[in-house]
Amino acid sequence: PNQTGRNRSHTVGKLTEKQYVGFATLPNQVHRKSVKKGFDFTLMVAGESGMGKSTLVNSLFLTDLYKDRKLLNAEERINQTVEIIKHTVDIEEKGVKLKLTIVDTPGFGDAVNNNECWKPITDYIDQQFEQYFRDESGLNRKNIQDNRVHCCLYFIPPFGHGLRPVDVEFMKALHEKVNIIPLIAKADCLTPNEIKKLKDRIREEIDKFGIKVYQFPECDSDEDEEFKQLDKELKECTPFAVIGSNTVVEARGQRVRGRLYPWGIVEVENQSHCDFVKLRNMLIRSHMHDLKDVTCDVHYENYRAQCIQEMTSKLAQDNRMESPIPILPLSTPDVDTEKLIKMKDEELKRMQEMLNKMQQQMHDKEQ
Amino acid sequence: MSEATKPQPQAKGEKTPISDTSYVGIDAILEQMRRKAMKQGFEFNVMVVGQSGLGKSTLMNTLFKSKVSRKSVQPNVEERIPKTVEIKSVSHDVEEKGVRMKLTVIDTPGFGDQINNENCWQPIMKFINDQYETYLQEEININRKKRIPDTRVHCCIYFIPPTGHCLRPLDVEFMRHLSKVVNIVPVIAKADTLTLEERDSFKKTIREELRANGIDVYPQKEFDEDAEDRMINDKIREMIPFAVVGSDQEYQVNGKRILGRKTKWGTIEVENIAHCEFAYLRDLLIRTHMQNIKDITCSIHYETYRVRRLNESNILFTSNPPDHPAPATPQPNGVAAHRSSVE
Repeated sequence: PNQTGRNRSHTVGKLTEKQYVGFATLPNQVHRKSVKKGFDFTLMVAGESGMGKSTLVNSLFLTDLYKDRKLLNAEERINQTVEIIKHTVDIEEKGVKLKLTIVDTPGFGDAVNNNECWKPITDYIDQQFEQYFRDESGLNRKNIQDNRVHCCLYFIPPFGHGLRPVDVEFMKALHEKVNIIPLIAKADCLTPNEIKKLKDRIREEIDKFGIKVYQFPECDSDEDEEFKQLDKELKECTPFAVIGSNTVVEARGQRVRGRLYPWGIVEVENQSHCDFVKLRNMLIRSHMHDLKDVTCDVHYENYRAQCIQEMTSKLAQDNRMESPIPILPLSTPDVDTEKLIKMKDEELKRMQEMLNKMQQQMHDKEQ
Repeated sequence: MSEATKPQPQAKGEKTPISDTSYVGIDAILEQMRRKAMKQGFEFNVMVVGQSGLGKSTLMNTLFKSKVSRKSVQPNVEERIPKTVEIKSVSHDVEEKGVRMKLTVIDTPGFGDQINNENCWQPIMKFINDQYETYLQEEININRKKRIPDTRVHCCIYFIPPTGHCLRPLDVEFMRHLSKVVNIVPVIAKADTLTLEERDSFKKTIREELRANGIDVYPQKEFDEDAEDRMINDKIREMIPFAVVGSDQEYQVNGKRILGRKTKWGTIEVENIAHCEFAYLRDLLIRTHMQNIKDITCSIHYETYRVRRLNESNILFTSNPPDHPAPATPQPNGVAAHRSSVE
């Protein structure tokens, strides 16, 4: 029988200029393919009505996604349940195409009784995972659509003194399913001191309640100092205090997005006014790819592992041969799964024996 | 609903999108991807197949400008023709301009060297399928690795001896079987024994024979993505198989140091396209189509294997083929898990 040779790794080392082979073009080759294909990104926004979610989305992506929206009045809102509404927009810049999907959650937190109002949202996220799992396990994997939610912006009202119970419960229900980025909404009603106090308070409470919000990855040691400094500032600034605007005002001789008050003009893109620019840069320009990666490598994998374990143990119980999705019988199952299957098997046997005994007793009694 | 963004001019203070000078910054995602790719590094697995003495190891060394072949790594092992086809892998970590790559060269000594070469492609086919199987098993695992190590053979360079006549039955058999599971790049080895006319007519004959036998070598026509690709690949298809000469010896020619072979009648410059087509092979394999070669392996050859395995496992739920006995682990309801053989 033929054997595969042992793999030995050798470092041939750096090639000098003279010995240019040419595989340094690989990133460009990958680049070219991605530009052709384009990218997609799914962003969820959650928070009570009137927190400025739609305005912020419009400001971030320079779109006007909500112009045909009809706002409900208080009476209409009494019977409203949490809905999930998707908007899709194609954006192209410098030849790069992005298919952006915004998942809106109107109705969240608006009712009198908001018990478990996040359930439709967690269900939606799970559904996208399930769909992807089916597609990925299926036979034709050519054009799988990735509808998984890559990021959830959660809007915390600026009026309180930190996180409210609904904020805590929502984030805890979602922090292991999606990347959560908490934001302080409508930050133009707070002074700089108030913002600082609120941020500190929120950060404390996030720690205290064990909420796992999205963590920025560590900087590489070989990054330049400027990048490291920016990265540090970003991390110290969370949660971002944001302001959005659908209107253009004239400030300091320029036309900018802003809000006109009798006492002054708030400029959305002015870093001393709010953290909008930091949020935009982080979300789009530096961490979009990482958000997608964490969704795929962590949240989705957790879902998938859980799903498979549930399915495998169910198969043992139900005595079924066909599984709902095509999966191969695992040739080397996890030790945990094995134990679980063994346990369930034994349990089944015991129950069957008990049942037989009972039937026998009844039969005897009748005789 | 889908709509492209279009700025509309309106009066100050009213609801209006920002003017054209504003910029969201989504193209920065390319830079993010590049950063990540540079950090992770790339993998490339290339197999060389052909009889002894056709210059396979030398060509690999020439392509990657370093001693990457098995022979270079084990220089003192006595060269002998093995009794059966062996598969020997050697991996190297190479780096160029900050781009790191793990290059694996898979050698197949013994191929075509026996008196009776029947079915000598089978160990090679098995090796390729085994790599697919390993990847598949990792992919369906419950707790799978973030980045599944890719040992799949991305490209198989097949060395055709420079007879000048036509393909031999062994060449046809090998390529016919393997072009279905891996990207084959046929090359005419030791092309310095052919004149330009002989080379052209040999290539034409080979192309006709490949066509006549239904052998699809890389770049396969059916996998061209769009018109632009087709144009580029058509030009390549008119030139294959590339007639190559390899060398790891440097000589001085016209004041430059070049890789070549020195003979009494002249020096053959390996990278000179007037002398041989090595440069075209290098460009195809490394500089322009490397990513595409990997993509076709992943999204087509591997997927074909996977679909076949999924279908098989639903039917052959209980049989245990001879060379893959069922592992001795308890399974739900006594159904034996197995890995069915592919051939």
